[in-house]
Amino acid sequence: MEPIKLSFNVDGENFVSAGEASTAVKTTLKKMGFPGDTVRRVAIAMYEAEINMVIHAHGGTVDVEICPDKIVIVLADKGPGIPNIDLAMQEGYSTAPDDVRSLGFGAGMGLPNIKKYSDDLEIETELGVGTTLTITINC
Amino acid sequence: MKISEIQQLLDAKVHCGQEHLDQEVSSACGSDMMSDVLAFVKDQAVLLTGLLNLQTVRTAMMMDMKCIVFVRGKVPDANTIELAGQSGIVLMSTENRMYQACGKLYNAGLYTEGSEQ
Repeated sequence: MEPIKLSFNVDGENFVSAGEASTAVKTTLKKMGFPGDTVRRVAIAMYEAEINMVIHAHGGTVDVEICPDKIVIVLADKGPGIPNIDLAMQEGYSTAPDDVRSLGFGAGMGLPNIKKYSDDLEIETELGVGTTLTITINC
Repeated sequence: MKISEIQQLLDAKVHCGQEHLDQEVSSACGSDMMSDVLAFVKDQAVLLTGLLNLQTVRTAMMMDMKCIVFVRGKVPDANTIELAGQSGIVLMSTENRMYQACGKLYNAGLYTEGSEQ
């Protein structure tokens, strides 16, 4: 099977629409017959990353490659970058403003959650330039 | 426990998903932080929350949850109800506070996954 590729733009100004790309990918994987556990891990990891993009980075792009044995999600933004990845990977550490917390996010679980649900997570980040996450989930 | 029993125990008003009230659920969780739900919840089918926005439904969708109960009498807006309706998720509101609502369901045998009385 040739890999299936999906691309999305994430609107950084619209909290309401955050998660639409993750929902679309989840629906596609379900229709393709991937196991429920795999579908859920992809959905959660991508949703957290999508929310992060909206909260911290004014949106960005998501490219998803679906292969029979793995799903690779690349999320690229032109946001402020992550000053300290070690801190950002700690559960409970958050730089999200209070208004984000009032929306139910910003508990400092985003990146740790993405790592928890993925088989591999690569983070490339440069201050003032942006961040690219590459999430790999094996089937 | 059927979702209809949750509705009765909490004297809740159903906003959408009336046709799914016969579904069986075996566990629940309560939180206002969706990040925590995404982090710690495994197979909970019911979410009790005081958080009233579209992302509550999206979080439930990602976690394959079947029912959201809004506590403290909170009522979701039309967009939230529509999204849940399309996704087959039951939305309901109860006047009970979070602690009361969780207590009533736990007492009736609806536990968190992995916990036992």
